[in-house]
This record gives sequence, C-alpha cells and structure tokens, in this order.
Amino acid sequence: MSNEELNSPGYEIPPELQGQVAVTTFDRIYNWGRRSSVWPMMFGLACCAIEMIAAQASRYDMARFGMEVMRPSPRQSDLLLVSGTVTKKMVPVIVRLYNQMPEPKYVVAMGACASGGGPFKEGYNVVAGIDKFLPVDVYIPGCPPTPQALVAGMIKLQEKIDKQSIKQVRWYDRKNKADSVYVPVPVLGPDLIDLRRVDELKELAAPKQAEEISEA
Amino acid sequence: MATPTLTETLDLSAKFPGAVTADARPGYTGWIVEAGKLLEVAAFLRDEMGYDLLSSVTGVDYLPDEKMEVVYQAYKTTGGPGIFFKVQAPRLDPIEVPSVVPIWPGADLQEREIWDLYGVKFTGHPDLRRILTWEGFSGHPMRKDWKEAFYEEDAKPFKSRWPEGRIKMAEERNPFGDNVTFDEGFDPEKWTSNDPEEALYTSLKKYTAETSDGIKTDHILVNMGPQHPSTHGVFRAVVILDGETVVSLKPVMGYLHRNHEKIGERNTFLQNMPYTDRLDYFNSMSNNWGYALAVEKLMGVAVPERAEYIRVIMAELSRIQNHLIWTGMMLNDLGAYFTPALYAFEERELILDIFEAVAGSRMMCNYFRFGGLARDLPEGTLEKIKDLVFDRLAAKVDEFDRLLTENEILVARLKGISKLSPEDAVAYSMTGPVLRAAGVPYDIRRAEPYGIYDRFDFDVVTQTDGDMYARYLVRLEEMRQSLRILRQAIAGLPEGPIITGKPQYQVRVPAGEAYGRIEAPKGELGYYVISNGKPNPWRYHVRAPSFINLTALEKMCVGGKIADFVAILGTIDIVLGELDR
Repeated sequence: MSNEELNSPGYEIPPELQGQVAVTTFDRIYNWGRRSSVWPMMFGLACCAIEMIAAQASRYDMARFGMEVMRPSPRQSDLLLVSGTVTKKMVPVIVRLYNQMPEPKYVVAMGACASGGGPFKEGYNVVAGIDKFLPVDVYIPGCPPTPQALVAGMIKLQEKIDKQSIKQVRWYDRKNKADSVYVPVPVLGPDLIDLRRVDELKELAAPKQAEEISEA
Repeated sequence: MATPTLTETLDLSAKFPGAVTADARPGYTGWIVEAGKLLEVAAFLRDEMGYDLLSSVTGVDYLPDEKMEVVYQAYKTTGGPGIFFKVQAPRLDPIEVPSVVPIWPGADLQEREIWDLYGVKFTGHPDLRRILTWEGFSGHPMRKDWKEAFYEEDAKPFKSRWPEGRIKMAEERNPFGDNVTFDEGFDPEKWTSNDPEEALYTSLKKYTAETSDGIKTDHILVNMGPQHPSTHGVFRAVVILDGETVVSLKPVMGYLHRNHEKIGERNTFLQNMPYTDRLDYFNSMSNNWGYALAVEKLMGVAVPERAEYIRVIMAELSRIQNHLIWTGMMLNDLGAYFTPALYAFEERELILDIFEAVAGSRMMCNYFRFGGLARDLPEGTLEKIKDLVFDRLAAKVDEFDRLLTENEILVARLKGISKLSPEDAVAYSMTGPVLRAAGVPYDIRRAEPYGIYDRFDFDVVTQTDGDMYARYLVRLEEMRQSLRILRQAIAGLPEGPIITGKPQYQVRVPAGEAYGRIEAPKGELGYYVISNGKPNPWRYHVRAPSFINLTALEKMCVGGKIADFVAILGTIDIVLGELDR
C-alpha cells in the first residue's frame, strides 16, 4: 500500500486526530518493526567478517538500518550473516547455530565463498556454499563484498521482509507443527556426511560388484 | 646500522661424517640429515652454533623419488642467514621421523600439522593428533597421490577452461554431486564414529583435589569457541579449570582450513598471489611481499628502485592499520566494547582508501608482482599518503597513547600477566611483537634485511617484561617507528619503472627451493616454495606467525585466570585465515 493510500484511507478522521493517527495494514506495521531491528548474530567466519565490522563502524554505519545490535548468542538473533568460507569442520557448528535461532530467522550469504565456495571451492575441506545446508535469503557477491555491497544486501533483505505477510509466514503456520526449517546437523566421518542424504550416499557408495549381481 | 653477518662457513658433513651430507640437488641448499642423528644435529646447531630459533618445519612429498622429506629452517636470534636441514624418509607406511620438540618446543603444532597433512609420524612427540582436519578424516590430504573430491587435473590452467572454456560444474563431475568422497561400500548408517573429540579431551590434564575438610573438588571443562565473540573468528580452546584458574588448555583449530597449500600446488605461480591476500586478511600487502620474495629468489629477478620504495610504503601503512585494529580489538576483549575499535576503524578506512586507489581493492590488494608491482601510484595518491604520514597518523597514535597507556583498567588487566621469559619465547618459536616484548630484539627487517630495509633508520622496539602490557607498548611504539620509516621512504621515492621486464601471466621459475620471509605485523611470515621447473610450484608452504605463535598459548595461560585467556589470545594477535590456512 502506498503512502498516499495510507494517508487517505477513505473515511473521515476527526480533526483533532489528524496528523496524529495513521491508518495502516497489520502486515505493514509488523514488517516495519521487524525490518528496522534486524539483529545479526555476532559471528564472523573469515575475511568477509572484517568488512562486516567495517560496515558497522562509523563510515558505513549499519545502525541506520537498526542492525547495529550484534548478538553473540543465536537465541537472541534474527539474522545469520555467513561471512566467509564455510569449511567442513565448521559446518556442523553453523547448522547447530542456525537451529538454535528462534523464528523469524534469515540467512545472508556474504561473499563468494559463502555463496558458492568462491576461490576455495576446490579445496578438500571447503563446503561449496552455505546453501547446501541452509536456506539462504540474500546472496551478496564480492570477495570480499565492500561495506557498500553489504549495505545493499541488507536493503534487499529489508525488501524481502516488507513483502512477507503474517498470514503466510511459516512461523505462524498452524499446520507446520515441527520447526519447518530444522536442518539435521551434518556429521564428520571419513568425509562430511549430510544426514539428509544418507540413503543416496549409501546407494552411490555401494560396491560396484554388488550392483552387477543385482542387475544379473 | 650494521647488520650482523657471519662469515664462518659451517661444514656439518665434516662434523657428522656419514650422517650429514650437503644437499646437492640443483637449486637446493642446506644439509640432509640421517633420521637417527637428527636430534644430535639439532642440539649441536642450537647449543654450539647458536641457531636458537626454529623458524619453520614443513613436509614435502617427493612422490617420483618415493621419498618424504621434512624440512627444518633454523635462524639465530642475533641475526644473519639461517640454516636449512632436511630429513628424508622412504615413502612407506608408517613414515617415521624423530620429533624435535625436546630441542625446540616450537615445533609442536607444526609437527602435528605435518602428521595431519602428510602422515609423517613424529616419534617422541608428546601429543600427536590431527590438527587442521578432524580425527577420523580419511587420508593425508597434502600427499601428492591424495585427490580431493573436486579434483580435476594436477595443474592449472585446466584443459576444460583454457583455451576452449568447456566448463562443467565440479558437482557434475563428482559421483556424489558434492565436495565429498567416500570409499566404495561405505554405509553411513552402519558407520560408527569414534568421537573425534575424544582424543582431544584425553590429552588434557584433569584436575581433582581434596580440601582439608575432605571435600572433593573436580575440574570444570570449558569449550571456548569456535563461535565465541572473543576468539577473533573461529578459533576454539578447550580449557580445564580449577575454579577460575586454568589448569590445562588445548587450542583447537582448522575451522577455517581452506586448503591454501593444496590449492597453491595446483595453481600457477602467479595465481597464488591473490590467495596470499586471503591469509592474513588485514595485511594483504605484506603477505604479497613474502611470496614475491620467495619466487623472486628462485627467478633471480631484481626489483626496480621505485617499486622497492612503494613496497616499503605499502607494507608499513599496512603495519600501522594492523596495530591500530589490534589495539581496538584488544580493548574489545578487555571489555571496552567497540569504542576504541571505532577510533581504529576511522584511521583504517583512510589507509584502505590508499590501498583501493593503488590496487583497486580495499582488502585484497593483489598488488605485488614478481620483480615489481602491478601498477604505479595513481595521481594524487602520494599527496594523500603524505597527509596521513606527516600529519594525521602521528597525532592519532599519540591520541591512542594518551587515552590508553595509563588507563587504570588497561594497566590492571595487562600488567604482570602472562609473562613469557625470553628463553621460552625463543624456544617456542615466537616471533613478532610477542618476542620483542619478551626482550629479544629480533626483527627480520634488521636481522636479515629484505627489500631496502637496510637503508632506513629505525629502532627495533623491545620491552623487557614479557607481559601483556609490554606487548601493547611494543605495538604502540612500532607504529611510530613505521611512521619514521614511511617518512624516509616518501622522501627517497625515486621516479622510474615499477616492474622489471614486461608483466607476464606465466613466469618461468627455475627448479630449486627458496624461503622468503618478512617481518609481517604479526611476526615472521615465510613462504617456502619449491619449483621443479614447471609452471606450478611443487610445494607452496606458508609459515604463518599466527599459527606458530599459538604454540606457547598453553604455557602463557596455565596458572592464570580464565578471564585472562581472552586477553592473552588478544595480545598474541591471531588472524584465522592465516592460522588455519
């Protein structure tokens, strides 16, 4: 709803209340509150974390968006800013942190590594993007993204929040009994085991001879 | 400013006939030591010859010769060139080499790294566990015959990308559709894990005691990190506490192990340059320099005067912003949440503006080339540098000094805590401000000058207490000394070319080995590069100061309070990109 529509709702406002009362939709006020106070988790992975701090500092000043309150505890944060290379050794920790965050929660993949592995994609200890495990809301390109790019990404996230409707969001969906975005924590075995793919992995790793026998 | 040089020639093969031979491979230097005599030779070098600082230990896999080599680089803290010696072992399982930890405790974490990545068993090592990967990881990834899941070819440029550019997603090439491989017949359901943490927890000293009243007290085990606001990233420490006192502590790392070295061996020489930026991501300019030095040594290429001066200017600006940020972050750790850091970031932005102007990127400069620099200073940049150096930064350093040095809380938290004696600091291979704070005047810019540092007038800053306050004072004064060097460098900056010859994508590097080391803001940053004449390095090893300075972490923390651990970690000045590589 545009601002003009909001200011002329189509019915009469008593003169003593004019200019003091605004009529708006519930979604709009709900989203306005959320988008203006996104609390990111104080969580830095690699190089991008430094640009994240720089974006919090005086020149770029993320406080303009209500995002300066960095919380070291996942229980108090709304936003997981994955700022750097996700390694196999670290990904169980990241998934656990994500699961511990209360709804509503968002994930931003900052930089090339978090988005898709970046320059380190071929490495044996590197996960090719956090989206292999977590649902990502905004991807920010760059290596590392400049603070301006990070701010642009945050504005994109605000736009996304603005478009959400309380009738449809997953965290108020009654049919959705369990936590719908819970991700099983991957296990460090001989290599990283994604528990959602156990059957698939078993099939793919099955010995070749056994396959031939079953075909015969 | 005489540099201590040693004219004596050391003939180890005469001293240890039969056990030590000179390394005669073309392009190589140093000595090859019999594994059985290693400890004897090492003790001789340390005690009789004065090579007291073991700079770096690393493994090299000579797969075609069926040999595994462990390379040691030792230096004298009084200055001068170092000595390389190597132990070769046949490439059979198990590969065994005696541990030098009894002689140089600083080899502790490095030997664990070689065990993890190369599978060399160090006999006599007190705590040989995996360090960068996890217990249970399959194989030793740096071996030449170990292939990663997204393996494409041994060396870049890959045929799929150049010249035709028929690229296939790495996920499509891999049977598991992801960056993982499992042995044939692997069943994730039947697979039982031995807890990867178990070895770690058993390695800690447990604490139990009984009070005079017969009450039994037990230890508390605390995991700090990898997600903890004080650990400067994804570092983790496991601590055993008696009340608030630290009884035992183990650092756990590898949470940002990005396989720099494995990727570096696939890359061409020049392709590694942008990767060095991402090691210590505060100081990409100094990282570039160390790598450029190593490869320039191999290529035998000289650097033009103007480039040398610009290199000094960039490296010293980088040091100033590193120490500024360090001060801010250190105060964060002490509880002065973010106010000092904001002061630091203000100045850092101005220095980054200069880096952006010369290199095109704020943080990842990728500015150095073999034999020079990528670009000359753009118009107007020198004036900006002059403004900063002659005017603004000196005043800001004084402001930090005025605000912090005599601050009661800062002094109370830092003074007299985590003392490290000069003997211990050298034995644990500490370098950089931590070593100088312990009273050892060892600065590579003076001990073995690289570039044109022998032309500048500056003091090697030392303190005698070896505590955290001394480390703070050293860094504060180092910023002033950096400004002093900068003033001289700006005054002496000549006109001229900035690179020898034409810039090239593919450099020809003769076979051989080279170790390039610089005094990075965090300590000695070294690159050990081996070329076999091909376009890619056979070995690319980074001697990371953040990593090796952590060897003494347990020594510095045990007996202190848990709250001080946070500050001690802060004063070492670690950066995770370099620590885990």
